[in-house]
Amino acid sequence: MPNKINLFSFLISFVFIFSLGCANNFAFANEEHGAAEHASKKFNAGKLIMEHVSDEHGWHILTLGEGTEHEKHIALPLPIIIYSQTKGLVVFSSSNFVNHETHHAQAYQGYSLDEQKIISEDASEVFYDLSITKNVFALFISLALMLLVFISVANTYKRNPGVAPKGLQSFIEPLIVFLRDEVVKPSIGHKYHKYLPFLLTLFFFIFFNNLLGLIPILPGGANVTGNIAVTMVLALTVFGITLFSAKKDFWIHIVNTPGVPWWLKFPIPLMPIIELMGLISKPLVLCLRLFANITAGHIIALAFFSLIFIFGEMSAGVGYGVSIVSVAFTIFMNFLELLVAFLQAYVFTLLASLYFGSALEEHHHEEAHH
Amino acid sequence: MQLVTPGIGLIFWMVLSFGIVFFLLKKFAWGPILGIITEREQSIAKALKAAEIAKEDLKLYQNQNEKLLNEARAEREAMMKEARETKDRILAEAKQKAGEEANRIMESARTEIKAEKNAAINEIKTQVAVLSVEIAEKIIKSELSSDDKQKSLMANLLAEAKLN
Repeated sequence: MPNKINLFSFLISFVFIFSLGCANNFAFANEEHGAAEHASKKFNAGKLIMEHVSDEHGWHILTLGEGTEHEKHIALPLPIIIYSQTKGLVVFSSSNFVNHETHHAQAYQGYSLDEQKIISEDASEVFYDLSITKNVFALFISLALMLLVFISVANTYKRNPGVAPKGLQSFIEPLIVFLRDEVVKPSIGHKYHKYLPFLLTLFFFIFFNNLLGLIPILPGGANVTGNIAVTMVLALTVFGITLFSAKKDFWIHIVNTPGVPWWLKFPIPLMPIIELMGLISKPLVLCLRLFANITAGHIIALAFFSLIFIFGEMSAGVGYGVSIVSVAFTIFMNFLELLVAFLQAYVFTLLASLYFGSALEEHHHEEAHH
Repeated sequence: MQLVTPGIGLIFWMVLSFGIVFFLLKKFAWGPILGIITEREQSIAKALKAAEIAKEDLKLYQNQNEKLLNEARAEREAMMKEARETKDRILAEAKQKAGEEANRIMESARTEIKAEKNAAINEIKTQVAVLSVEIAEKIIKSELSSDDKQKSLMANLLAEAKLN
């Protein structure tokens, strides 16, 4: 199938061009540490892990000559976009935060980086950091990938309708049909058509980003679905749609819960408070579950790798010995994460559709008997 | 802590890009994909139903065929039986008639033969009488044709008479 080969070769060349491009064409963001600094430097597993699972300005790829005088960090510089209430829009490359001659961190246009957080020299300045960070860039890559995959699949469908699926289509179709028939339709009921496109986008967004997060090099490796901002936006979108599509019964259930004694609602509105807490906890749980699961997966995989270096600092032989166990455990974790990648996307979508379903539910008490 | 603090920039880009991608996918991907999947499912369901109906029809036709066949077989059986009976009856009748005819013919032949025989006997009788008279006449004629003969005859007769 020429179509499939095209897509795969595109993806592979995409990865290669990016990795080569980063090494050759993009500006090197070099950092050299002084001798005094690196003498005190010991391997810090906690710092390494936190750096990997959090966001950063610019995309760090690898460090050459680590611990020596000529330590070099190869990174893909990303645009820094700052909207300041006094200066307006400020845009520059993240490589400007590193001095090209001394390779030390430096301030640029009145801003500097502190632990990947942009701070202004003018403490009273109010500004918003809208930079294309590592996670934003990874987000764009994953969304571009989604557009590419699903629009090409849609075109295949349009080209030969009524024919059994082929290639990428036959991978996507069972997922779509599964979500439609096993997740969305039973949870929402006959009005599922309206919510299906959003829930499909949601599922594949989480699934793609979870999988991309498992790839250790550039187009993947970012912790997008393990970032609280991303999961928060997803959870709040689900929450917003739930509230907007909620029917009268849904609100009655919160304000005046049927089937409970009146003294639980008046004079102290105990039930409404509990119901309200339940309502608010739903998006909170959605947001935290995805964030915690994916971040935990990344942390565990990195922790196994860190073990090698912790033991390696004691003695090189022990480091090599531990590496066998660590690699074995990391492989196991990767397989587990493959499962988690699907499972979390599934759970998020399932819960979102259950919330939509509960918001749409009418004649609550008649239905309860079924 | 940075890990649990949502970044405003990421929220901004997430809302913007996710929103755009959602609308693009809804219009260019989910619409056509879901539409065509549903269409295909419906056409498959329809085809299956049609096949089921065709199977039912076939069964019905088979039953009808069987019934027709059975009827035809029964009819044939009945016709054969009737034909056999008719044949037997005709054969029996013919045999009887033939017997009667033969008897009648024999009877008439017998009477005819008897009559013919009687006639022939009578004829023979008449012929014998005529022949005897004629012979006697011829003999007498020849016996008495000359005087000598008449004298010898007289002599013979006398001799005979003398002997007696």
